[in-house]
Amino acid sequence: MHELSIAMSMIDQIIEESESRGGLEVEAVHLKLGVFSGVDKEALLFSFELACEGSLLEGSRLVIESIPLVIYCAACQKNRTPPSIYELSCPECGSPGQTIVSGREIEVASLEIAA
Amino acid sequence: MSTRMVEVRAKVLKQNDLLARDLRDRFRREGTCVVGLVSSPGSGKTAFLEKLLSGLARDTRVAALVGDLATENDAARLRRATPNVRQINTGTVCHLDALMVEKALAEWQLDRIDFLFIENVGNLVCPSSYDLGEELRFVLLSATEGEDKPLKYPTIFNSSDVAVITKMDLAQAAEFDLAAARRNIESVRPGMQVFEVSSKTGLGMQSVLDFLHARLARARQPQVVATR
Repeated sequence: MHELSIAMSMIDQIIEESESRGGLEVEAVHLKLGVFSGVDKEALLFSFELACEGSLLEGSRLVIESIPLVIYCAACQKNRTPPSIYELSCPECGSPGQTIVSGREIEVASLEIAA
Repeated sequence: MSTRMVEVRAKVLKQNDLLARDLRDRFRREGTCVVGLVSSPGSGKTAFLEKLLSGLARDTRVAALVGDLATENDAARLRRATPNVRQINTGTVCHLDALMVEKALAEWQLDRIDFLFIENVGNLVCPSSYDLGEELRFVLLSATEGEDKPLKYPTIFNSSDVAVITKMDLAQAAEFDLAAARRNIESVRPGMQVFEVSSKTGLGMQSVLDFLHARLARARQPQVVATR
């Protein structure tokens, strides 16, 4: 359970970002979370709420967009979605996929600000 | 109430990633080959590392950082092989991060260390998110854990460079299906190098030592500069 550590890093980063822009009133945080990031969505939602308490972000929402796993198939020369996160092969030709294109993200995409 | 969107696009673990990159640069500059070890608790990381350290210490300079929630037990065990061991106690934290590694390195002269091992906290989930600046990451899987571990924890296997199957002396008793284990590793990390070892009998340890020696030699090779 390292989601609390992740949530705390995220909150520090957002507060810094908000201050650098003259203090934003953050209503919601939009996060891209790869299914291959090793971070659990539900645990992160829970941790975020907990970690926000008493901070400038208290009361803000976390909105998570799940990013699927995409690999590059060198044989087809195309990006492909593997059959599962434990079968890193091309669904078309069966070649093993050694390059991960996306699915590892833990990235704050945008902030929703009170206008 | 209306809201507006502000684009940020910031990696949450950016600070850790930046620090890990600095560490990796520093390790390369000083010529230290740094190997991270990850596995579930009880898979034999410390026994394996103890064998590696004593094997390598014959002709190279070795050091180790060892992470645990609590106790100095592992460091005490590893000190039988080399005095250059530091324990990192993480308290309640389930993984090591780059900052803990940087702090633990304080005052060590890296140019006097050929191999540095970083034994992570026993955990197959959390360490996968944190880059420690290591050159290579070994993931250990013991024959007694079952051959489907790679499928259950694909992210940690995929974020590692080498798989080591430990406790091979117990494989038969545990009815361990080696072919299935290798197949599962290949499925989550195609092309991954796999070693089979027993820290108890010494089986397979020489090939790991040879692999590491070759790796160090390659890293130390003077860079060839193209000339006309």
